[in-house]
Amino acid sequence: MTRQARTVFALTAPAYLWLAVTVLLPLATMLYFSFLTASPLGGKEVQFTLKHYTDFFTKQIYWYNAWRSVELGLYVTALCLIIGYPAALGLAKYIKGRWREAIFLLIILPFWSNALVRTFSWTMVLREPFNILFSYPAIVVGLVHAYLPYAILTCYISLQAIDDSLIEAGRSLGATPAQAFRRITLPLSMPGIMAAIFLIFVPVIGSFMEPRILGGKDAIMLGPIIEGQFITAFNWPLGAALSFTMLGMVLLILLAASPFLKHQMARS
Amino acid sequence: MSRVDILHVSKRYGSFAALDNVTITFNDGEFFGLLGPSGSGKTTLLRSVAGFIVPDEGSISFDGEQVENVPVHRRAIGMVFQSYALFPHLTIADNVGFGLDVRSTPREDIRKRVTEMLGLVRLSGLEGRYPKQLSGGQQQRVALARALITRPKVLLLDEPLGALDRRLRQEMQVELKEIQRETGVTAIFVTHDQEEALTLSDRIAIIDQGKLIQVDAPQTVYERPANIFAANFLGDANVFRGTPVKDGLKLADGTMIETLKAATGAAIVRPEKLRVASGRKKAAGNSLAGEITQAIYSGASVTYRIRTKAMGDVPLLAFIQNQTGEVLDTGTLVTVSWDKDQTIPVAP
Repeated sequence: MTRQARTVFALTAPAYLWLAVTVLLPLATMLYFSFLTASPLGGKEVQFTLKHYTDFFTKQIYWYNAWRSVELGLYVTALCLIIGYPAALGLAKYIKGRWREAIFLLIILPFWSNALVRTFSWTMVLREPFNILFSYPAIVVGLVHAYLPYAILTCYISLQAIDDSLIEAGRSLGATPAQAFRRITLPLSMPGIMAAIFLIFVPVIGSFMEPRILGGKDAIMLGPIIEGQFITAFNWPLGAALSFTMLGMVLLILLAASPFLKHQMARS
Repeated sequence: MSRVDILHVSKRYGSFAALDNVTITFNDGEFFGLLGPSGSGKTTLLRSVAGFIVPDEGSISFDGEQVENVPVHRRAIGMVFQSYALFPHLTIADNVGFGLDVRSTPREDIRKRVTEMLGLVRLSGLEGRYPKQLSGGQQQRVALARALITRPKVLLLDEPLGALDRRLRQEMQVELKEIQRETGVTAIFVTHDQEEALTLSDRIAIIDQGKLIQVDAPQTVYERPANIFAANFLGDANVFRGTPVKDGLKLADGTMIETLKAATGAAIVRPEKLRVASGRKKAAGNSLAGEITQAIYSGASVTYRIRTKAMGDVPLLAFIQNQTGEVLDTGTLVTVSWDKDQTIPVAP
């Protein structure tokens, strides 16, 4: 090993070791569980099976609920961007100094409060005066609230990196403010939008707390179903299999979108 | 191609006057240099013409039509930024064609004009590249082509060559001047580089603290500066202060300096107008005895700093053309002389 290779190894080894123990090991265990007939705990007799995976593809209920989760992901991601992008634009380009700091604090504040407390406090507001508690819109509201800061922060970072002179150049060349936004600001902030999509869409698909607390009977979707397998039904193998199926689904969606993503990344 | 009139324009930021009652005319087809230190208001003036800044008072008109309330995108200007401000996500062709594209020009016409403009700036064949794949000089030329493609009434350049190294800057100066002449566009540029201002401009405005100090041809500003600030800002100057007497100035120690015409209290002489001879000699015109305190040899010329009794702490600065290959040592006693006609009275 060269001196440099040794240095790199010494610097990265602890992180790799940590990841191996805390991420790969439990995941590998879960992957193993997902092929068993029952949890191999408590000395039960278990066998190898593909049933949990084949169930997903043969039983319509899973398909239907997987779609509901993806749909929820689309709604929440879109709403976060629709609300968050203009806020980020305002912060990055129009608000300066102390006000910017103050507003940032307000945006980050939800991060510092306990997620469970935050979600339960929503139940109060959603019951009275909005009267939409235990419904699909309530889930969307709770999730948008939880994930909005990601959209604002990632979009803000890419927007404030855009040199003002680029927009001025566009305006000097005859672009109206709207044209300058569409042709310069928007494409150049694409990396921020992409990052927001990654950070919001994926966890929302698997979310279970907000649907469970705010959704009532509308909470039936993949996230809560998986949670149920672990917590109430105690069917870990099925829960694990559904988790990995969901992971595969997310990867497939990203794979399908990758030509578009690559194009956006290459341009910026 | 337009005439631009600035009439009594002022712009204040709090108590700071960025522009203070500026009146100036940029003639049709003129290459005009705005020269001043940073914070002098030269950029504010340029950005007011562009429309990014709306003046508090006064009017700006293009060919007699007032434009203060016309938004930037309808002013028909072209602008070149110091950082070039090329769109990083667009190809060179799309960058150059941007101005036509936002005006919904047919694709085929855009393509033709882009080819034409890239030919003008000698970048044919780079249509498909992205800005970051180009060198600084090439990016500069793309920025120029992009600004000119819409045939703007006036081309505004903000420190256009500031980011280039010295050699490239000199090359681009020649090229910029040629392109401006070829297109006949009225061009206004901001710079703090005096050499750039002298080389490029048909006329120069010296700006300080939001006020116009002098507006003239480069040669006039250099040879006949209006005041000490102008003399020091454009080139180097030896400044004499004294009491006005007939035919000249009487310095603090009683030395008489003859000036071109009646002085009001100060006069300057450019360092290259001085002659330096070793020993004490009687010379025609103005002369001072002194001692060389510094000699810097730079090939084509030698720069001397000379201490004289008349000037006290401030050494005389002399640029002497290297005709003999000899350099006088520091400590040499010399006589510095120059013509009365080169002693220019200036406002203090």
